[in-house]
Amino acid sequence: MADLHFELVSPERLLRSGDVHMVVVPGTEGDFGVLAGHAPFMSTIRPGAIDVYETANGPATRIFIDGGFAEVNDKGLTILAENAVPIADIKADEVSKMLAAAREDGRLAKTEGERIVAEKLVARYEAMQAAAAN
Amino acid sequence: MATLKSLKLRIASVKSTQKITKAMKMVAAAKLRRAQEAAEAGRPYASRIEAVVASLGASITPGPQTSKMLTGSGKEETYLLVVCTSDRGLAGAFNANIVKAARVRAQALVAAGKTVKFYLVGKKGGAVIRRLFPGTIIASTEFAGVKQIGFENAAPIAEDIAARYEAGEFDIAYMYYARFQSALVQEPTEQQILPVPVSTGSGEAAAGASAAVEYEPDEEAILADLLPRNLSVQLFRALLENAASEQGSRMTAMDNATRNAGDMINRLSIQYNRQRQAAITTELVEIISGAEAL
Repeated sequence: MADLHFELVSPERLLRSGDVHMVVVPGTEGDFGVLAGHAPFMSTIRPGAIDVYETANGPATRIFIDGGFAEVNDKGLTILAENAVPIADIKADEVSKMLAAAREDGRLAKTEGERIVAEKLVARYEAMQAAAAN
Repeated sequence: MATLKSLKLRIASVKSTQKITKAMKMVAAAKLRRAQEAAEAGRPYASRIEAVVASLGASITPGPQTSKMLTGSGKEETYLLVVCTSDRGLAGAFNANIVKAARVRAQALVAAGKTVKFYLVGKKGGAVIRRLFPGTIIASTEFAGVKQIGFENAAPIAEDIAARYEAGEFDIAYMYYARFQSALVQEPTEQQILPVPVSTGSGEAAAGASAAVEYEPDEEAILADLLPRNLSVQLFRALLENAASEQGSRMTAMDNATRNAGDMINRLSIQYNRQRQAAITTELVEIISGAEAL
């Protein structure tokens, strides 16, 4: 079976481009796996981990992305993400520290804007923690 | 006629200026490489998101729920010109060219009876616009101390612009920046950012191609998520292109300045030597005629 062309792009650079077997993407309405020959499809992504399977039976490379957008067309899968970190690089204790700091910020926020920013951060770190845990 | 001493001082001063311009050129060349890489690395994301938005925009039928960012506010009265310049000068005509592009458009709009507002990004555009169109600047940002512009610098500006748009402060927004082509060529560019331009020419082809695409959640929700993101990305790209253009322009300008300083030193040195020889000749003549008189 032909391989799936997969591209992971952030605003700053093209993070990854290559042929893989399958990618599992955390869509807003549920996870979905993309193999080669997938029907054209577009979805937004919630913060979470994408699993990249290089080969059919090999282990998955997990990459945390901070929300974004996935597009499947006849050329392959393109994921547009604002921020991507390999799960292996995430340090659990650092994330929990940042999460605690973000929660503290949210509690102490004086303006609506500050509160929203803090809430976003909390959601991000919670997702990061969950992704790193399993 | 300048004295020998003043000539000598001038040569010394031009020489030290030349040293500075030369150093600035080197610094700009080093920074240019990094800025150029960043600008080129940012292009895939921006062009992809642009393509997705254009095809989505062409495929949906605008309804009352459709985001205003796509359909426009229904009026064409107030224009916002987002002018991206650099924070530092001495970059040749870089800032002047961008401001000029914005100024020409603004004057045409004012002549047509529209209201024009300015949103300044970067410090250097302010003076001219403040003088020509006083009281029209609604906000200005600068990146003092930011070494490498990151996405997190661009996002808040885009959010601010989007919020002002939603609040109805303006109907149409254009952005001005210099597209980086090479170290020698930077093209001042005008880009419509709001409402998002949808190519109607290829609309049929785009609709045909994307007819079978499935959306999750629906198109409207995706667009609502994508449009603000698109705005940030376009702004971010403009800032990256601008950063690269600024360094390229500065490099060229400083190269010219260094060369001019070299020419000037040559001219002054010739003048200095001639005068020195003239002084020696005069002295000799005086001595000889003094000796003859004895």
